[in-house]
Amino acid sequence: MTTQTHATGHLFDAETEGLSTYEATGGDWSDIAEEAARLGEQRIVVNMGPQHPSTHGVLRLMLEIDGETVTEARAGIGYLHTGIEKNMEFRTWTQGVTFCTRMDYLAPLFQETAYCLGTERLLGITDDIPERATQIRVLMMELNRVGSHLVALATGGNELGATTLMTIGFTAREEILRVFELITGLRMNHAYVRPGGVAQDIPAGALDQIREAITGVKRYLRQLEDLMLGQPILKGRLQEVGVLNLASCMALGITGPMLRSTGLPYDVRKAAPYCGYETYDFDVPVSDNADCWDRMVLRIEECYQSMKIVDQVLERLKASTGSPVMVEDKKIAWPAQLALGSDGMGNSLDHIREIMGTSMEALIHHFKLVTEGFRVPAGQVWQTVEHPRGELGVHLISDGGTKPYRAHFRDPSFNNLQAVSMLCEGGQVADVVCAVASIDPVLGGVDR
Amino acid sequence: MTTPDEKKDAAQAVNTAAQSSSETALEAAAQGERTPLDVVSVREGMFGVAGTGDTSGFGGLVSTVAMPGASERPYGGWFDQVVDILAELLDASGTGYDAAVESVVVDRGELTLNIAREHLVEVTRHLRDDQDLRFELSLGVSGAHYPHDTGRELHAVYHLTSITHGRRLRLEVAVPDSDPTIPTTVDVYPANDWHERETWDFFGIVFTGRDDLARIQMPDDWPGHPQRKDYPLGGIPVEYKGATVPPADQRRQYK
Repeated sequence: MTTQTHATGHLFDAETEGLSTYEATGGDWSDIAEEAARLGEQRIVVNMGPQHPSTHGVLRLMLEIDGETVTEARAGIGYLHTGIEKNMEFRTWTQGVTFCTRMDYLAPLFQETAYCLGTERLLGITDDIPERATQIRVLMMELNRVGSHLVALATGGNELGATTLMTIGFTAREEILRVFELITGLRMNHAYVRPGGVAQDIPAGALDQIREAITGVKRYLRQLEDLMLGQPILKGRLQEVGVLNLASCMALGITGPMLRSTGLPYDVRKAAPYCGYETYDFDVPVSDNADCWDRMVLRIEECYQSMKIVDQVLERLKASTGSPVMVEDKKIAWPAQLALGSDGMGNSLDHIREIMGTSMEALIHHFKLVTEGFRVPAGQVWQTVEHPRGELGVHLISDGGTKPYRAHFRDPSFNNLQAVSMLCEGGQVADVVCAVASIDPVLGGVDR
Repeated sequence: MTTPDEKKDAAQAVNTAAQSSSETALEAAAQGERTPLDVVSVREGMFGVAGTGDTSGFGGLVSTVAMPGASERPYGGWFDQVVDILAELLDASGTGYDAAVESVVVDRGELTLNIAREHLVEVTRHLRDDQDLRFELSLGVSGAHYPHDTGRELHAVYHLTSITHGRRLRLEVAVPDSDPTIPTTVDVYPANDWHERETWDFFGIVFTGRDDLARIQMPDDWPGHPQRKDYPLGGIPVEYKGATVPPADQRRQYK
């Protein structure tokens, strides 16, 4: 506590006379102040975030600014680290799904699917997964991609001050969340995709509702396009801002719409197909300008491509009605599908009646599988899927036990955030907001 | 009635039977289609033992934990070609293939090269730059901790992708806990910057040759490296309807 004279006097000096005043000293602030005084420059270091409405979550940006120009930008992360990977080592392989779905909370079904595909490869049952389960996974992932891109456009717009983009984007996403709620019982944290298949079949009437939802999303997406694509202010803010060319993207390991905005059509769905993506007809949109505008336009185009896949998968789901959605092996498949009751999704009463009333063996089997889980042969796999933000990699190691020995998620936003310095340095402070929005990081996935 | 001595003998007999049966299982695995295994640790416990009829736990069951071991040629598909080219490049540069590549593991359709740490940077440079290899995209580094694998406790795993040729491979570098240093690959793959920091943060593997190896997820002053197996999960007991539920890592659990 020090009593010092202020550089600018109080408004009411007379009233405060004799009272103590407090100044920010100590820590490294005095070092920073001394260095600034020594250099004699008007250099300001600004902490943008971690609690800042336009940093897209709890991202901390350390900006060194000279007037309005950003001379140095560094990203600080870790504010949302919850140790999900560590927790997964203490739960069964099936329970792992409930953890990884919480990583990137805007695209939960991608983590679930990637994790389950990896687990299935460790088990060696990839070819035994029922066709219908794979179709449902594709359906859910593509709907999720649209939902995630809509949030990217909506929050991106909101951060630039275009609130209408936000309201339209979120309203459109609501259509998709309603479908998710119908199918999985939840709007997020689904834990719907399970090793061996999916938790339960899609309910009757869902296909029609999805068609309706898609029609709604398309209508909202057109509105977004009308608002955005001809908008001179938005063009002025986004074009030739946050440019990152192909060489830089490759060096920094950038994937997803950011990489495709440099003209390279790299998409894991085409490059290393999984879930039968090679049998669907869709394009990988690319553009050449590698700026924020292109990334935004690409996201809109990807939404249409995803809905094109959804249309195809709906036809296939119609044809495969009634087929199983879980692998046949009863040592891996969850003992019962969940059922929809009057109070929401829950245990199947038929199943409970069977294990509690009629079959002791079924009860033992249920108990062993649910508490102990299944054993996965020792080894490691690396499984990647095309996440809305880039290439999501899952590195799973099993030691032959009922729990993952190690589960590592290579989240695309974690990697892509490394580009913040290259995107922002030399630009204006206002462009930082555009650049970060065009990376579209989700900090839940970055920090895990 | 059996005497305690007899009981002990019986226990030992079951023990040896369990061990020999797991050994025969390993031999059978070696002769069959599956690759031979690297024993990581041996566990004792009541549950989770396959290949023996004793499920009583009376004998103290023993299970061997083993990872897929080194594969023999031919590795299959493009794996041979990639290894050949890499061998040629390493031999030409004077490093020598045998010095740099400790073993090649092919498991579940994936190629893993176990690399000696002192030659890691050269190997990644060849993999990135040679026109027939061209692994231009690095998808990061992840770690793994095997406390029972004496002298090779800490592993760093590098995931590389070749967009040009549509291939993926994995490099694995094992270092002892007493000297956990690996040369940095940031000069070859700048993308590995944050991934190396994360691996340092979580496992305590020191990536040498870079001066900015700071923690990235945990606070700067955090003690310990949380993803190591000797680091507790943490958590507190929770009381629910009169019963106390211990934290996840202290519950009674299957091994």
